[in-house]
Amino acid sequence: MGQKILLEHANVPGIKTYEVYRKHGGYRSVEKALKSMTPDEVVEEVKTSGLRGRGGAGFPTGMKWSFIDKKSGKPRHLVCNADESEPGTFKDRYLMEYIPHLLIEGMITSSYALGCNLSYIYIRGEYMWVFRILENAIKEAYAAGWLGKNIMGTGWDLDLHVHCGAGAYICGEETALIESLEGKRGNPRIKPPFPAVSGLWANPTVVNNVESISAVPWIVNNTGAEYAKIGIGRSTGTKLFSASGHCKNPGVYEIDMGMTVDEFMNSDEYLGGMMNDRPLKGLIPGGSSVPILPAHLIYKTAAGEDRLMTYESLADGGFATGSSLGSGGFIVYNDTTCVVRNTWNFSRFYHHESCGQCSPCREGTGWMEKVLHRIETGHGREEDIDLLWDIQRKIEGNTICPLGDAAAWPVAAAIRHFRDEFEYHIRFPEKIKNRDHFVDEPFEKVRHLVAKQAVI
Amino acid sequence: MKVTIDGQEIDVEPGTTILQAARKIGGESVPPAMCYYSKLKGSGGKCRCCLVEVSKGSEADPRPMPKLMASCVTGCMDGMEVKSISSERVVDARKSVTEFLLINHPLDCPVCDQAGECDLQNLSFKHGAAKTRFIEEKRTFEPENIGPNIQLHMNRCIVCYRCVMTADQLTDNRVHGVLNRGDHSQISTAISKAIDNEFSGNMIDVCPVGALTDKTFRFKQRVWFNKPYNAHRNCTKCCGKTTLWMFGNEIQRVTARKDEYHEVEEFICNECRFDHKEVADWVIEGPRKFEKDSVINANNYTRKIEPVHIETEKHILLGREKDRKKISMPAIPLKAAEQEVYKKGNV
Repeated sequence: MGQKILLEHANVPGIKTYEVYRKHGGYRSVEKALKSMTPDEVVEEVKTSGLRGRGGAGFPTGMKWSFIDKKSGKPRHLVCNADESEPGTFKDRYLMEYIPHLLIEGMITSSYALGCNLSYIYIRGEYMWVFRILENAIKEAYAAGWLGKNIMGTGWDLDLHVHCGAGAYICGEETALIESLEGKRGNPRIKPPFPAVSGLWANPTVVNNVESISAVPWIVNNTGAEYAKIGIGRSTGTKLFSASGHCKNPGVYEIDMGMTVDEFMNSDEYLGGMMNDRPLKGLIPGGSSVPILPAHLIYKTAAGEDRLMTYESLADGGFATGSSLGSGGFIVYNDTTCVVRNTWNFSRFYHHESCGQCSPCREGTGWMEKVLHRIETGHGREEDIDLLWDIQRKIEGNTICPLGDAAAWPVAAAIRHFRDEFEYHIRFPEKIKNRDHFVDEPFEKVRHLVAKQAVI
Repeated sequence: MKVTIDGQEIDVEPGTTILQAARKIGGESVPPAMCYYSKLKGSGGKCRCCLVEVSKGSEADPRPMPKLMASCVTGCMDGMEVKSISSERVVDARKSVTEFLLINHPLDCPVCDQAGECDLQNLSFKHGAAKTRFIEEKRTFEPENIGPNIQLHMNRCIVCYRCVMTADQLTDNRVHGVLNRGDHSQISTAISKAIDNEFSGNMIDVCPVGALTDKTFRFKQRVWFNKPYNAHRNCTKCCGKTTLWMFGNEIQRVTARKDEYHEVEEFICNECRFDHKEVADWVIEGPRKFEKDSVINANNYTRKIEPVHIETEKHILLGREKDRKKISMPAIPLKAAEQEVYKKGNV
């Protein structure tokens, strides 16, 4: 069993309130940082910890902090990206809902390290109840003197606001988030300049995920070196995974990086194996935007090594045989899942959420969704699979922000690993039209039809 | 700083973008641009037409950039090497973007008022495929009246944001913008607003396609039948330097003057654009010249044109003369003088 860093006190009754949180050691990191550490020392600790961005990109947090422009003389800002809205990812919500003060403590400590006097939590519009929980916790933190003027008599001021987005997935992209926070349409900015140089209101800004910021108090309290001891290689510390789909125990889990996928998937402490003991068909390890892994590549990499819950191991072999840790949205599929329908569903999401600023994403996501819809409803054409492959290839890498890639990768992986299912949809449209396919008749049973047709 | 684009080296100032450097070189290496507009701050990077391959980052860091870069927003570095038309990846990407732009754009050039001066038309001539692979239904929008001067045809819009930036940077109160997301994005006005700002007409000029057109010119003429002249007038609001698009002695349209990349040289006011359609209002400087191969130049009236002789013309006319004599029009009596002519057979 791994140690709990983020969820250590999650089950303590009343931990949402300031009194209980404080009794359990809350705000110690703020005390320690402000009394005995310089901001640069805090940054160094985070660097030493090897903490990597938990929003999906996995960029080293300490390094990101060190990029912030301190010479410009402009005010600096820390913005917490709480716009979690990727299908299959719900771990930040859990943190904010159950231990809101942990995030606020992390925000204060991190803002001190970065020299900010005004910080924001940008929360997803649909998380309205979490927004209220956070607002309440911020109010308590102000009342206790952790926020506001002259914190702990150090002369350092910090104001923290929680800002509710209007409900757009694209606002989870850091520059779109900044645009939205400024009151504009949430369109990603073209980089460079990076936010560390010119972010919110053209001031140097750091945007970090909820989980990353929530890990900072532990790092400051226990040192970065201790944090770096957890995990394997460059994947240090613990990580939250939000498990969903056809597993026995869906939920949010905190694990040490480096656990095998097999253990996470099948041990009773975590997912407990497959629901109804049906065969495992596929797995998305990091939220809907990362490629799906077929069964034979889930527990072992293409090289035959154990697949571990780390950034490196999950990405091993590139997208041909690997996937990505992404934001930790662990989605499990059993053999009754229709990959085509699932891919269409994701594609529909990305089509809906594309901001429409750049041409490949605006037009390509819509086109992919329409083609997938046709295939899924039994109106596909032979050439559609190659067409889909071509469209996703033309979107990937050619857009302003990674949403284009996020829309392209699931389609690419589905075709790469489950092409025969697409062919089945196209060649046997009457079977597709007349039933809720694969629920009663798993694809394994009808695979021979595709093979037979191919021989003919 | 030295930059090499498709093997051609050029010295540029720091802060120059790859596109600007390519434009200095000119020719085939200049990437196409549907959203970039040098006169508008913050434009560019959206349409992805101008993607180029940076095969060498700089002298200091010679590593190639893994992704294709939008040349209009990527700054040059000393020693940078760029492949534009010489890169297969780039050519493929431009072809892709053209395809993406055309899937929802109606192919109605024969009726579109922008035909002949449409950047998308030019782009598809160079980079488009002969056949479409898009069989789905195109997106369509309800017609919307956005004001007295400008006609919005939303179906043709490619969401380049140029008109939004023009309104932001030239007019006092922008009342329009982009609504909705993804391929549902559309240009529209705020509720119950009409675009009537004094410089709003420039939105027509910056629109690369036929989404925003001049209500005073719509369906009057194909631009290649117009004779464009440089002209000016004393205007208190703008520079007063314009291009008059004439048919005979009639001024059918007034626009700002555009450079070789179809970008306005100086923005003009609505009064010059919409209210002065008499020849007497203007001092005409002379014919405006366009690129040799452009559609507008097809009707080049500045060069010497040899008279065309059609041999069959005589016979056709004879036939017509014969036919005319057969025509009897008792309902319309001829005048006395005309009766004489008719009797002589010279109708």
